[in-house]
Amino acid sequence: MSRGRLGAWVAVGLGAVYFLAPLVATFEFSLRMRRGEYSFDAYRAVFASGDFQSAFLYSAALALATIAVVAAIVVPTAYFVRLRLPRLAGIVEFITLLPLVIPAIVLVFGFIRLYGSSSILPLTATSLGADALLMFGYVGLGLPYMYRAVDTALQAIDARTLTEAAQSQGAGPVRILIEIILPNIRSGLLSGAFLTFAIVIGEFTMASLLDRPAFGPYLQRIGASRAYEPSALAIMAFALTWACLGLIQLVGGAPSAAAKR
Amino acid sequence: MTFLELEGVRKAFGAAAVVKDFSLAVERGEFLTFLGPSGCGKTTILRMIAGFEAPTAGAIRIAGRDVTHLSASRRAIGMVFQAYALFPNMTVERNIGFGLKVAGKPAAEIAARVAEMLALIKLPDLAHRYPHQLSGGQQQRVSLARALAPNPQILLLDEPLSALDARIRVALREEIRALQRRLGVTTIFVTHDQEEALSISDRIVVMNEGAIEQAGTPSDIYNRPKTRFVASFVGTLNMLDGGVVDPASGVIRLGGTTIFARAPIAGATAGDKRTVALRPEALRLGLAGDGDNALNVVVEDVSFLGAVVRLKVRHGDESLHVDTFNVGAAAPPRQGETVTVAFSRDDVIVVDVD
Amino acid sequence: MSPAPASPRLGPRPDWAAWVGVAPFFVFSAMFLIAPTAWLLLGAFQDRDGALTLANILRLGQPSIRNSFWLSLEISVASAALGASFGLALALAALRGGLPAWVRPTLMTFSGVASNFAGVPLAFAFMATLGRLGLVTVLLRNLGFDIYAAGFSILTFTGLTITYLYFQIPLMVLVVTPAIDGLKREWAEAAQTLGASASQYWRMIALPILMPSVFGAALLLFANAFGAIATAYALTGSSFNIAPILLYAQIRGDVLHDPNLGYAMAVGMLAITGLSNLAYLALRARSERGR
Repeated sequence: MSRGRLGAWVAVGLGAVYFLAPLVATFEFSLRMRRGEYSFDAYRAVFASGDFQSAFLYSAALALATIAVVAAIVVPTAYFVRLRLPRLAGIVEFITLLPLVIPAIVLVFGFIRLYGSSSILPLTATSLGADALLMFGYVGLGLPYMYRAVDTALQAIDARTLTEAAQSQGAGPVRILIEIILPNIRSGLLSGAFLTFAIVIGEFTMASLLDRPAFGPYLQRIGASRAYEPSALAIMAFALTWACLGLIQLVGGAPSAAAKR
Repeated sequence: MTFLELEGVRKAFGAAAVVKDFSLAVERGEFLTFLGPSGCGKTTILRMIAGFEAPTAGAIRIAGRDVTHLSASRRAIGMVFQAYALFPNMTVERNIGFGLKVAGKPAAEIAARVAEMLALIKLPDLAHRYPHQLSGGQQQRVSLARALAPNPQILLLDEPLSALDARIRVALREEIRALQRRLGVTTIFVTHDQEEALSISDRIVVMNEGAIEQAGTPSDIYNRPKTRFVASFVGTLNMLDGGVVDPASGVIRLGGTTIFARAPIAGATAGDKRTVALRPEALRLGLAGDGDNALNVVVEDVSFLGAVVRLKVRHGDESLHVDTFNVGAAAPPRQGETVTVAFSRDDVIVVDVD
Repeated sequence: MSPAPASPRLGPRPDWAAWVGVAPFFVFSAMFLIAPTAWLLLGAFQDRDGALTLANILRLGQPSIRNSFWLSLEISVASAALGASFGLALALAALRGGLPAWVRPTLMTFSGVASNFAGVPLAFAFMATLGRLGLVTVLLRNLGFDIYAAGFSILTFTGLTITYLYFQIPLMVLVVTPAIDGLKREWAEAAQTLGASASQYWRMIALPILMPSVFGAALLLFANAFGAIATAYALTGSSFNIAPILLYAQIRGDVLHDPNLGYAMAVGMLAITGLSNLAYLALRARSERGR
């Protein structure tokens, strides 16, 4: 084996050890709940816990709402900018970069100040308002990835030509969007959706500061109070992230939008 | 004197043989072109000569020395790529001087040689530019200078003009040829463009499916193609079904007409089927002179192409194209007219049926 | 529905349908991206009575805040530099190391997952690995190396950096891969025909070409680490006083006893992440132009 190839194998080998060790260690630790033998007790305890169920359901529901809203915002925007308002492309792309530049903690701080109990729009005053605020925060977090996924898909299907063909048949913009564009960018939408889901489920900072019963703060609480359940949850979180990204591969999107920042 | 020799070279990727039993001798200072369609193996052969691929079998010798398994960085070969491949982090100057720098030449010598090469490609003012600041044609000339700067024994060019505009292509190919003549470096040029090959080569090797179809001067290849493939790949061609009547005196039947080819028709016996190939420019409208062949045809279509008027005519149930120069006051024949098309027996190309 | 034949060149007539279509995006970004940030920016330059002042910015220099920023800077630089180096080495090995074909897609997929596996679960995972009772800690102790006796702890700067690398290295791999792919095969071949050895090619051609992308990616990693809080918070509680954690405590309970100082901190963080991201984008644009 050439010296170069040996070096490459060493690098990849060391990388594999570094990345797999925590997974192995966490999994092993999560099996140790029952004294003296390996068991899935920690996982059982987690699933049986009412806190887990409510926190996970809350975040899942919020994630779905986020996906719906971000798709409803992104699809018409990407479409019309590409087809009719190309001069807006620069500023729109700049805006989609903002959530990546502004740290989440700064953003949620702004939310609290701007929409706090003493402002014009006191969203934080009510439970529903705070839920909505958190959702809009998540829409911001998912925006860059969803926009990139949809924009790429629009480019791939040559949305302009499809639109012109539909227009020559007499269709208006809403019909075109719903019946022609949307079905054809399904894989891009799903990619963005899965990534958004993964981001929302694990998010901690915004949910914690807005005091919402989401999965992230629940995880942190468990970590502070229990011994074995956190490891089980970590493994489950990793599996969930893997599943989301695996599904993205399946529907034909790019491996990760994080790459294209 | 043979400078580059390929003997029985084969290249297979797994089960697929891309180059089959290729043998060729190239003279010192010769400008040789590999011509063929995509996938015919011409680039693979070039890359084996350069040393990027190793032959599955066979030998490659340069100036008598066996280089078959010598690494590319030790073969003293200059290569020009289709995509220019100039190093984007270096100026023109440093690109051209790279080979000399790697060889450890002193800075003064490198500077002098770079200046020499820049003068040769007629771009002395671009020394400090970066590749992305140059046009495609300029980049290719710099690429040529870079390949020639270390005084290679062989120059290889892999479809160097394919990425350029048509206008620049013609100008640049003539420059390349002029440069090569001046320096006398043995050169191998790969292209799929037959006009390019015909215009600048000393010799052309026509390739198809990994093997040599024919090797010869441009005139040989064009006027005396040996196989159907060569005849149809180089230039446009009319193909007609013919039956050999008398191979010794070259008599062939084309549909209902008897014509004469050059005698004898090699390897044929009476009754054999052959394809008769005729160049459109070899066909003349009007009466046949002594010793000429003549066909009565019906005009189907007339296309005005500028300098050339192309007629589509019908003989029996076969179509032919006839190219005539757009000179003279006589108007071209009209659709539906019956005319006589004449051609000399020397222009009759007889090839095997497909 | 009226068939509106849309023409791209509408002249003086505005394209109503299109503007209505993009309106939600702009309304959203105004309300939930730009306005909150602008509000903080404004607040940073105001005192308690609303008058404009630079006092808050100047008071960022007070010891607790300055130390927290410095700590954040240190850990961001450390995790970015190490993440960039290891990530580059890993990416080069997988993409250009002559390894079997399955290595690359495996690395890419895993990097996609790992770069998103940050936050609280990651902290748990590293506790289970390098915590006092972690698997690797115990393994090393059995082999004779007691790292905790030697002063190591997962709850320190070193421990947090090692934890951060778990998402920094994959992010680097993902970001630098297009640049490595952009190294044309012909450059290596041209260098070969000109007599260069492999190491000369890397030293004189490939690495110089990659440098802007690598440096830009390092800046991205820096910004990424600077703004991150969840992992550190879950791992060290509020004892490891990086800037985001101080800001978190400030938002929660006004530990600095001055709300406007919180704004100033937020703006300070934003300035740092904003600048490094801008530099990253600029470097990326420049390296893409050369292709």
